[in-house]
Amino acid sequence: MTNQSQSHDQEQAKQPAQMDVGPEKKFRQYLSEGSFHLQRCDQCRQHVFYPRLLCPHCGSMQLTWVPASGRATVYSTSVPRSGGSSYNIALVDLEEGPRMMTRVVDVAPEDVTIGMPVTAFIGTIEPNGEPLVLFRPISGDDS
Amino acid sequence: MNHSLRGSCAVAGIGLTDFGDLPGRSALENTAEAVHSALTDAGIHKSEVDALFTSNFPDTFAALHLAEYLGVQPHVLDDTNIGGAVYVSQLQHAAAAIQAGLCNVAVIAMGSNTRSKLKQQGIIDGPRELFPYEDEYRPKAPMNAYALAAARHMHQYGTTREHLAEIAVAARAWAQLNPRAIRRTPLSIAEVMAAPMVCDPLSAMDCCLIADAGAAVVLVSADRARDLPQSPVYLLGVGVATTHAGISQMPDLTVTASVESGKRAYDMAGLSAREVDVVSLYDAFTINTLLFLEDLGFCPKGEGGNFVSDGNIAPGGGLPVNTNGGGLSCVHPGMYGLMLIIEAVEQLRHAAGERQIPGAEIALCNGNGGHLSSQATAIFGTSSSL
Repeated sequence: MTNQSQSHDQEQAKQPAQMDVGPEKKFRQYLSEGSFHLQRCDQCRQHVFYPRLLCPHCGSMQLTWVPASGRATVYSTSVPRSGGSSYNIALVDLEEGPRMMTRVVDVAPEDVTIGMPVTAFIGTIEPNGEPLVLFRPISGDDS
Repeated sequence: MNHSLRGSCAVAGIGLTDFGDLPGRSALENTAEAVHSALTDAGIHKSEVDALFTSNFPDTFAALHLAEYLGVQPHVLDDTNIGGAVYVSQLQHAAAAIQAGLCNVAVIAMGSNTRSKLKQQGIIDGPRELFPYEDEYRPKAPMNAYALAAARHMHQYGTTREHLAEIAVAARAWAQLNPRAIRRTPLSIAEVMAAPMVCDPLSAMDCCLIADAGAAVVLVSADRARDLPQSPVYLLGVGVATTHAGISQMPDLTVTASVESGKRAYDMAGLSAREVDVVSLYDAFTINTLLFLEDLGFCPKGEGGNFVSDGNIAPGGGLPVNTNGGGLSCVHPGMYGLMLIIEAVEQLRHAAGERQIPGAEIALCNGNGGHLSSQATAIFGTSSSL
């Protein structure tokens, strides 16, 4: 009993140094540093989002973080409404392949259209909120 | 594909509570009343129940709670949660368990007090863990996922809000023939179009109602069913499929996994859409009906809008769909799937009153769960279909 609890204590003590940062935490770390990263599979070369331990395409555990281009196209769009306020919820297809949910901002929510080219930035949707990947339309100057 | 389940089991009993506002009732009480009613209908005492299938959003130990409450000690317990499709998927589990000799009398049951809870506590029952990488954008769950699917279908195939309104109007017309249905006042396309938008392109009238209700069915072997009081309604085919959990991971927002669940059910039944007399589709939102009609082969992909036009799925139309009034106008207790089965059984017992489809022999149910995430299709038939 004593031995067991000692070894348990040792394990506990070792944990911080050996803590394995999983893909979810790593993604959030990148976001907090202001960058949007995707994973790419070393085996099948496909990009992966959301972040995972294994490739959902081929099953490989060998995934490498790469910076996202930020370029995407709106796949579908909607305008949730409540109490007189409205905002945009969209699905965008990233240039690298994966699809993600986001908000397209800096444009009226109902003016977001399917097929619209958009570009990513890191922002928040409320004061003091967690950093998120948001998108805005690519203006004539950007493209 | 293993066809051995075809016709091996039958629904011997069905039970329902009242629908709507049951403010003095707990969810478990509604479940228990429906179970008692279904067992009475089947002519089976609860001491014979040796398999229990249930599921709901708030209760993690739903099967244990229900078994204890009923005073039964089942050999087979299942409270899988794949969303509202679950009860149709449990037909697959129950039929396989009966066929394998693991049990003899399977009860599939649900109960909800979702409407009263909303009124009394301001809480909408829903899954506790939703979708990481989606929730943080605050989509209006669950209709947001369906709004995204509707917008994409409109973009790709020219489907319009009027097409979706046809579906709401058809459901209401059926509900007017069903004394149990909650929403029975006449509804026009213009009224649906004028309803406030809740999540563009869906309006309030594109969304199902929220109701308290309990429902249960009793499944036994076909041999046993033939000795019981009710005409057996045979399970001819059942299939389950999934493509994603969160809507952002759905491969194609215009094609649901019911293509696959439907194929599995049709293959097992040895039937096709052409042979189906009456259809029950999980219509939490109008777009669901349209997608499932296409995916289950009642019309080609992209032509759902035209198919539902001019009252084609309403009473007197070409294909009877959601003859109880559906989740849109009859009842929607948070997870609706069991109501699909009960309507199929009533139609095949030829006991559906004013809404009865004359001579109905084959009925199809399609359950949907999550955010178009899980699909479960079941095909039932009368003894003439064996």
